[in-house]
Amino acid sequence: MTSINVRVDGASYSDDVEPRTLLVHYLREQLGKVGTVVGCDTSNCGACTVHLDGQAVKSCTVLAVQADGREVTTIEGLAGGGAPDAALHPVQKAFHEMHGLQCGFCTPGMIMASIDLLNENPSPSETEIREGIEGNLCRCTGYQNIVRAVQQAAGELSGSAGGQA
Amino acid sequence: MIPAPFAYARPTTVDEALQAIADGGEDVKILAGGQSLIPVMRLRLAAPETVVDLDRVDELRGVREDGDALVIGAMTTHADVLHDPLIGQYAPLIAQATETVADRQVRRRGTFGGALAHADPAGDLPSVALALDAEFVIAGPNGRRTVPAADFFVDYLTTALEEGELLVEIRVPKLAGQWGMRYEKFNRVAQAWSIVAVAAAVRREDGHIAEARIGLTNMGPTPLRARATEAALAGAEASAEAIAAAARSAAEGTSPSSDLNGQADYREHLAQVLTRRAVSAAAGL
Repeated sequence: MTSINVRVDGASYSDDVEPRTLLVHYLREQLGKVGTVVGCDTSNCGACTVHLDGQAVKSCTVLAVQADGREVTTIEGLAGGGAPDAALHPVQKAFHEMHGLQCGFCTPGMIMASIDLLNENPSPSETEIREGIEGNLCRCTGYQNIVRAVQQAAGELSGSAGGQA
Repeated sequence: MIPAPFAYARPTTVDEALQAIADGGEDVKILAGGQSLIPVMRLRLAAPETVVDLDRVDELRGVREDGDALVIGAMTTHADVLHDPLIGQYAPLIAQATETVADRQVRRRGTFGGALAHADPAGDLPSVALALDAEFVIAGPNGRRTVPAADFFVDYLTTALEEGELLVEIRVPKLAGQWGMRYEKFNRVAQAWSIVAVAAAVRREDGHIAEARIGLTNMGPTPLRARATEAALAGAEASAEAIAAAARSAAEGTSPSSDLNGQADYREHLAQVLTRRAVSAAAGL
């Protein structure tokens, strides 16, 4: 066992893990963060995407020990740091309003990847959105509304940034 | 799916890493970004006794200049390569190919050196390193040695790296001024591996092609240079006709495989078409 100290969604955790424990299993089974899901288990589908030090990664392809000393944000930490009744993150809100989901299984990963894209490129074109979330698969093939949701979120995020300036 | 148990070492320097590799027993795997190794371990296609994780070896990250060369640390992530101004200025071919590697999340973790050391024939970066005449700096128990790209890729998933050794950096000659570059990749769906791809660097002079360097992805167990096309292009007119004629020999000397994505003769056809496109774009046509 190896001991790790990780911040997840704003809270600090100290745990002993086997080196072979995948980050997604640590989050779900040891911390109960089941908002992050396991989809394909082969690094293709992106359903397990979380942010590691602010960058989107596939948590089925990172070892829990590699998150030692790092900061992890899951889908559960987006809305007001996870506080109950907190307002949704603008990207969550856009997925809700534009109905950017059908069964919803890919949604946590889609949202985490979309935030990473918008952090890097605040006003992506439709093509840039489709390329930006190419690491996330929606098996309902609900991509049209997912792209619309990211477009709406981009507008809202850049609008609010402009308002603050 | 969970990997088989292993002992885990997390060195912070190259010297510590070499020691951890030496101490790791019979079957040691070096973990760079883990985007190929962890999936393989999950599937239990690999079950190493010891994993040496380079994640915290900071001296292996980053791109710097050293005289006429760019020096790319083996642990520089694909995402960092993409945004590096020195790569953009002197080796845009690397950025073009890196942009096509897997997807956003994988590029955040996957590394330049890891992809080269893995040496997948369908990987995009080996043929780029070969086309650019890169050199591989390898650290081992007895010091460092430098291996040219032409000798680094030995066979399918096999490189010149010996047991106990570690790829530390890749030296890429700076090409600027009259050099143009283009990576042309053909794949089936988003984030898929190359069925075939072509990396081209072309130096133009007075309306002619002075020199062309062409690397082929997935046209054999290792990346290859399209030597016959390079020879035909040396001194040729920089015209669509001359390039098309030269590109017809792009598959000479290759040995592509047949698989679910395409038969060998289809890959030979793709190599010709993609070579024509890549060289034309690199020549500014």
